[in-house]
Amino acid sequence: MADQYGLIEKSKIMDSSRMTRALSRLASEIVEDNHGARDLYIVGIRRRGVPLAQRIVEKIAELENETPHFGIIDITLYRDDLSTVGANPIVNRTELTHDIEGKNIILVDDVLYTGRTIRAALDQLMDFGRPNRVQLAVLIDRGKEHRELPIQADYIGKTVPTKRTEIIKVMLKEYDDEESVWIYEKPA
Amino acid sequence: MEKPFRRRDLLGIRDLSAAEITGILNTAENFREINQREIKKVPTLRGKTVINLFFENSTRTRTSFELAAKRLSADAVNISVSSSSVTKGETLVDTALNLDAMQPDCIVVRHGSAGVPHQLAKVSRAAIVNAGDGANEHPTQALLDAMTIREHKGTIEGLEVAILGDILHSRVARSNIHLLTKLGARVRVAGPKTLVPRDFEHLVEKDLTVCPHVEDAIRGADVVMILRIQRERQDSAYFPTLREYSIHYGLTNERLDLARKDAIVLHPGPMNRGIEIASEVADSSRSLILDQVKYGVAVRMAVLYLATGGG
Repeated sequence: MADQYGLIEKSKIMDSSRMTRALSRLASEIVEDNHGARDLYIVGIRRRGVPLAQRIVEKIAELENETPHFGIIDITLYRDDLSTVGANPIVNRTELTHDIEGKNIILVDDVLYTGRTIRAALDQLMDFGRPNRVQLAVLIDRGKEHRELPIQADYIGKTVPTKRTEIIKVMLKEYDDEESVWIYEKPA
Repeated sequence: MEKPFRRRDLLGIRDLSAAEITGILNTAENFREINQREIKKVPTLRGKTVINLFFENSTRTRTSFELAAKRLSADAVNISVSSSSVTKGETLVDTALNLDAMQPDCIVVRHGSAGVPHQLAKVSRAAIVNAGDGANEHPTQALLDAMTIREHKGTIEGLEVAILGDILHSRVARSNIHLLTKLGARVRVAGPKTLVPRDFEHLVEKDLTVCPHVEDAIRGADVVMILRIQRERQDSAYFPTLREYSIHYGLTNERLDLARKDAIVLHPGPMNRGIEIASEVADSSRSLILDQVKYGVAVRMAVLYLATGGG
């Protein structure tokens, strides 16, 4: 079945309960690796990284009785393809209201693909200060073979090896009607 | 997905739709955050060149555009009329073509004659941004005024806005009238009869009223916008003396009391204190003149971004 952009639906790789379990596991791993929630700063990358980061913050708060700082990064102004996309990228606000100096930052995004989004987020973070450590958490990792930069995730919900012609769609209740992750195929 | 502004040039407000104006304002809102950072710079327009071509003197607007370009990492070059080849007899179009040959991405132009940015847009490959052309338009000033109003009033729709002073010669007034009425405000203008032609009401389709007295325009207004008296025009006998002007048309606390209690005061600067605006009004908490300057950088960042990269 093709969607409004002509993409062909292939398979569902996560439903709501699997997403919840994956995020719970990510939260536990983050707490364990960082020895608790102290100095943790969970930063969601717009757009779908933001609700995922919020959920990780809530899960860490339940686990640790301590709520880590939460922030939002919009990478539009740090993209390296502004002149080639020509798609009129909408600028949204970056909201890092707490000082990142000395913090353990967990960048959160829905899908890790080429690594260029994460590069842009790292560049922006460094403009705000010097964190102690930056780690990356993603719900879906599309595999190292797609990487165009030396960037890997520290926390992964699910690794899904994909072809370049495929697209991963993460559906979240904040933006979509459902909670799920799908593989779509671009038409030939 | 929102598509706020897909034009290459920003020549005026008159041709923009309400959606395009709102799109630019929303983009500018999000650029404000950059100006509050310790490192006020993003790499967005790295490698792009912006030329500020100013045929009229201007400190505020030129500096604002220059800062906007630099904060987006573009290279900004300033050309003022005193050093321009135009003084050596070169035509405007030749100047534009020569600058164009140096491959700039954007030319910001201010000129004393209406229509110059439009003329340049026809011959230049660079994006042209109008920084004020004669008595025609000053679109970024209207955008920053709108941003200031939105910040303090939440919306523009339904507001009563008084614009006072030299309406006839004011590009700021024209751009503001187009913008404010497109976004649903009602505008009332007033000033000396020689400077506020009655047929001005035809400038826009609706929501513009020419008032016989400044008091009529101010009464019940949510926003009072004062225009600078261009002192150089005093010789043209549009009004008897500056003192007379101040007495009959200047914004004093007494006149401002006619507006709504929470009315705000805007002025595009530079101010003539004691002439079009009394010092106690200019320095009061209702005056947002410095906010206008502050938001000007964010508006110009948004315009440069949309015209040269994201548009």
